[in-house]
Amino acid sequence: MNQTQSLVSVQNVSKVFSANKGLFAKKKYVHAVNDISFEIRKGETFSLVGESGCGKSTTGRLIDHLLTPEKGQIFFEGKEISALDEKKMRPLRSEIQMIFQDPYGSLNPRKKIHELIGEPLLIHTKLSAGERLKKVHELLCEVGLRPEHAERFPHEFSGGQRQRIGIARALTVQPKLIIADEPVSALDVSIQAQVLNLLHDLQEKYDLTYLFISHDLSVVEMISDRIAVMYLGTIMETATRDELYDNPRHPYTKALLSAVPIADPTRKKSRIILKGDLPSPSNPPSGCLFHTRCPYCTEKCVKERPAVYTIKEDHQVQCHYPDILLEKGN
Amino acid sequence: MQKTMINKNITLKPGAEELPKAKNRFVELAKKFSKRKTAVAALIFIIFIILVAIAAPSFVPYDPGASDYFAVLQGPSKAHIWGTDELGQDVFSRLMVGTRLSLSSALIATIVGTAFGVLLGLLAGFYGGIIDSAIMRFCDVMFAFPDILLAIAVVAVIGPGMINVMIAVAVFTVPSFARIIRSATLSVKSQLYIEVARSLGCSNTRILFVHVFPGTIQTMIVNFTMRVGTAILAASSLSFLGFGANVTEPDWGAMLSTGRNYLNTAPHMVLFPGILIFLTVLAFNLLGDGLRDTLDPKLN
Repeated sequence: MNQTQSLVSVQNVSKVFSANKGLFAKKKYVHAVNDISFEIRKGETFSLVGESGCGKSTTGRLIDHLLTPEKGQIFFEGKEISALDEKKMRPLRSEIQMIFQDPYGSLNPRKKIHELIGEPLLIHTKLSAGERLKKVHELLCEVGLRPEHAERFPHEFSGGQRQRIGIARALTVQPKLIIADEPVSALDVSIQAQVLNLLHDLQEKYDLTYLFISHDLSVVEMISDRIAVMYLGTIMETATRDELYDNPRHPYTKALLSAVPIADPTRKKSRIILKGDLPSPSNPPSGCLFHTRCPYCTEKCVKERPAVYTIKEDHQVQCHYPDILLEKGN
Repeated sequence: MQKTMINKNITLKPGAEELPKAKNRFVELAKKFSKRKTAVAALIFIIFIILVAIAAPSFVPYDPGASDYFAVLQGPSKAHIWGTDELGQDVFSRLMVGTRLSLSSALIATIVGTAFGVLLGLLAGFYGGIIDSAIMRFCDVMFAFPDILLAIAVVAVIGPGMINVMIAVAVFTVPSFARIIRSATLSVKSQLYIEVARSLGCSNTRILFVHVFPGTIQTMIVNFTMRVGTAILAASSLSFLGFGANVTEPDWGAMLSTGRNYLNTAPHMVLFPGILIFLTVLAFNLLGDGLRDTLDPKLN
């Protein structure tokens, strides 16, 4: 993937939620996303991975303008979208579509499939009702369903089929970017593969760019071009897929990768068990956010927040000692 | 509102065949409704009552205002099939003619009250913040009064008369609807598909009326059918107290109230208006249940 044209550029974005309990309680803030920067290039699949609550979905919602960042800027095709109000954003919404994790909750149970899939067309185009329905039929075939499904209601479908409906809806207005927020984590493994293959085929056919959000590393390995690893609202490491899986530089990435189950009983297990629990994002640790659990923590890590080191092109890591994994014999 | 449209070139596959047509939703719903026998029976009864309301003066055997002092408080007989009241007026004729007043005042008042209540509830629930607080505090004030007292207060302010009674009944219907619909709106609003709608580019108005409102219809229908009965009685009570229609004009609720005084000597005076009110309210409830089930896509 040698296209270097950037489609989305996220620069120093932070998002804070206030978690206030009671009138007189001390104000509490949850740092969902903490000063992240990355770039999504045209035509690639960029994945965000990390454990639950690390800010992956918040990042997706920020780019989709469902949330607005407190700090930083988000550019879409060179245009700053983070500062746009809802009305000005609306026409751009046909360029960015989202596929949601929950295929049950994301479809309005009172609408028929053709109304659901046809809705973006109704909003963003001037097609007639018949033309819209024709397009809906085409899209249903595209995602492996049948045109007669258009007259049904969401509850008549299985989870995998519903996710296909969600994908068809995201495709209707031919967007440039699709934000897939854990699109397969609610599905059976056998269905996951089908949906992932579908996403892959559609990407080739329509020249789509994906922001793929997932906590499942084997899924990410299958679909991604580049991967960013998130921890407590920060991006710890960004690299191309092969680079990240073969040559992780951040201790957290390493630990995360070691947790992927490998279907090979003869292989020696070398799981890295992180000590302690995930710190609360409302009270993040000082210095490096990972220092409370890092096996190589030093005093510097506790005090200073590490800068982002560029190891080589397309491989950045936020750590004071980017070479530590090499020194410790990997 | 400023229309922000972009004409994306959505390519349709070329094909000689005609554009497909979606099934007519109304016809589908009508078919589904017709499968619900009790609801259909209720609908027929309501239509019948409405026809009676329209045509009653032309087919009743007696002038509803004419008194026959030689036949006072008589039970059902050949001459007066549902008996006579304390002034010798024919109960059947009065009930039939009274349909128009009772039904129209109750229905119109409830419909108007529902419309305002639902709108306020939707706005309060959807937009929240200061709009929510303003509407809900207003409702709290209204709730502080008992329904009938509130209606009397309204009539006392704007003066007696049938229209004013309808306004009064509508006014006390509003807060209960606003509160119930607000909570329904809050629960629909938190659904994922509302966020999805926003991400697709729906305007607030579209989200509110196309996505949120249909989710509250079930609640609305149930509350509406319950309120129709209350409204019939409330309108009659007001009439009975002399705030509404002229006391001499026939009205179901007023007849029921008057008949109460003769319960021992002439029970038919309570029985027939009571049965009519009961059947009408029941019919609205059954119709409401049928409509609710029809609109639920998960039921066949």
